[in-house]
Amino acid sequence: MSNQPVRRVLEPVSDTGRNGLDYRELIKVSLDSLLANRLRTFLTMLGIIIGVASVVSLMTLGNGASEAITGQFSALGTNVLTIFNSRPNRGPGQSGNIAPLTMSDYKAIERIKLPIVGPVPQFSANATVAAPAADKSAGILGTTADYAKVQSVTMATGSFFTDANVQGASQVVVLGSSLKTYLFGSGEAVGETVRINSLACRVIGVMASKGGGGFGSVDDQALVPITLAHTRLFAARTSDGNLRVTTISLSVIKAEDIEFTQERIQMTLRDLRKLNGDGSEDDFNIINQASFLSSLSTITTLLTTFLAAIAGISLLVGGIGIMNIMLVSVTERTKEIGLRRAVGAQSRDILLQFMIEAVVLSLLGGFIGVVLGSILPIVLTVTGTFNAPVTLNSVVISLSVSLATGLFFGIWPARNAANLNPIQALRHE
Amino acid sequence: MITIEQMTKVYTMGEIEVHALRGVDLTINSGEFIAIMGPSGSGKSTLMNMIGCLDTPTSGRYALDGIEVASLNDNDLSAVRARKLGFVFQQYMLLPRQSALANVEMPMLYRGIETKERARRAQVALELVGMGNRLDHRPNELSGGQQQRVAIARALAGSPSVILADEPTGALDSTTSEEIMHMLQQLNREQNLTIIIVTHESDIAAYADRIVTIRDGVVTTDRKNEVSHV
Ligand SMILES: Nc1ncnc2c1ncn2[C@@H]1O[C@H](COP(=O)(O)OP(=O)(O)OP(=O)(O)O)[C@@H](O)[C@H]1O
Ligand SMILES: [Mg+2]
Repeated sequence: MSNQPVRRVLEPVSDTGRNGLDYRELIKVSLDSLLANRLRTFLTMLGIIIGVASVVSLMTLGNGASEAITGQFSALGTNVLTIFNSRPNRGPGQSGNIAPLTMSDYKAIERIKLPIVGPVPQFSANATVAAPAADKSAGILGTTADYAKVQSVTMATGSFFTDANVQGASQVVVLGSSLKTYLFGSGEAVGETVRINSLACRVIGVMASKGGGGFGSVDDQALVPITLAHTRLFAARTSDGNLRVTTISLSVIKAEDIEFTQERIQMTLRDLRKLNGDGSEDDFNIINQASFLSSLSTITTLLTTFLAAIAGISLLVGGIGIMNIMLVSVTERTKEIGLRRAVGAQSRDILLQFMIEAVVLSLLGGFIGVVLGSILPIVLTVTGTFNAPVTLNSVVISLSVSLATGLFFGIWPARNAANLNPIQALRHE
Repeated sequence: MITIEQMTKVYTMGEIEVHALRGVDLTINSGEFIAIMGPSGSGKSTLMNMIGCLDTPTSGRYALDGIEVASLNDNDLSAVRARKLGFVFQQYMLLPRQSALANVEMPMLYRGIETKERARRAQVALELVGMGNRLDHRPNELSGGQQQRVAIARALAGSPSVILADEPTGALDSTTSEEIMHMLQQLNREQNLTIIIVTHESDIAAYADRIVTIRDGVVTTDRKNEVSHV
């Protein structure tokens, strides 16, 4: 039987002798397969997307929240030491029968040459502050000009009182922003006169709002020269003729000097108060803003860890999702694997195809997850609600976990199927 | 050219040994159109799988175009399947979500044929089986007979030495079966393709030039078919 040349179109192939696919073809086969099975592709990616998105958003928000909390407190001045009149390890209210903190303590600290700004004495009491339009019972804080530096005061209008004001016990007052609004509304306050316990004082400045703060915010207070408070406004003398102060605060210039400064002050005050002779407990307490911050950071670490744990659980759930779909899809695809093997695919070709599919799924899903997970933090940051920049950590962790899960559960079952005898794979139901 | 001598195949399932082939001798020359017949369980599919290099015999000799298949490793078997063999399955076995053209191109991927040449050969093969106007159709848009035509195009597109079809008409009605068999016969004659089919039905076997009967894993009859359909 002779061949008809016209119909003999399928001449023998002169192929390259190469077996298996080159990478370009492998990628094409894998992408074709992903595109041809969009629903399966989407479902597999969904687990990755959810896992990655929740890790990125939760970790980022947790991080932002702890930084916001820490930031608010460090705005108060990380290097500020405050000396209270109480025993350590007891609440301030339980000071009992102890020598009050006085100007002598302040002067003793001032005499030691320390790398600090200040010290500043602070004398607090309540008094009625009367303006022409309104009056209010407010906290009056007597202090010195250095207060502005130690507490990093910024002025909204006018200026803080000067050393000369303090020396001369000038009848001047600087108002906190909320108090000013209460007394003067939106009108001008600087230059006006207010009466503090009926003593006329000229308003020379209004401080910018410090916000946050907490304990008796300075925004609600009126600040006067401590000399004025001691001599004309309040009864501040102790039985031995000294002048009482409520607290003494100072700002250490370099953070590394805090501990040493704290020790020097403690020694000086113990000497002055004759506590060394009989080995008594301190009757004062030096509070270190930094140690407060470190206990705060324990709390915020707890918060971040908690959110990270939730994120970890969602990643795990996402991972199980990936695992399920991959396992089911390889089982479904065992016939396909058998067919490809029967027509000449080596097990390596099958394995690489599934590996590329898994990499593409995991990376694409991971990328979408990062984008979705970043939306909330970015929106919050841009609108100024909350500063939560997306952290590299969260992206790296979530991507590597999802990639690892995707690869493992994509390849492991495919490897089993690829190693099946093609007949067994073809007959697979 | 296929030479099989004293081929045996034993399946071991736990304690039980099934002797599916018990010493088959068979020589098939290129250009032949052979039908293998025999009762269910006689070992027809097992023999086809051995010829198709999908499985290896327990003992005996098998040479395909001079290649001693029994000594090949898994990768070499894949390469032999890719170059020398074309399969047609009872259940068509097309990739469900891919076009007819993509299905026919698929096997050629695994033997380093360039993209353009792949597409050209796939198209020619589909035209040859009368599916030239269905290149972009997916399997679920085709009838059973049309799907089997696509499967035949897939088998012949790479110019294999042998086309193996285990009950290719098993899932088709009799009219469609006859169309498919007629087409295979034409391909055998006009393209000089070696074709081996397995069938239960003598009507189907009647299209072949030679009919081999198997019983209990051995060849019992091997005769020229005098009344071949035209
Ligand atoms: N993978 C296997 N494992 C165990 N036994 C098998 C396997 N494949 C086939 N057999 C056995 O080998 C024998 C021959 O089976 P085979 O499938 O070759 O028969 P067949 O002639 O194709 O039958 P049918 O006409 O029903 O398709 C049968 O007894 C079968 O049970
Ligand atoms: Mg069978």
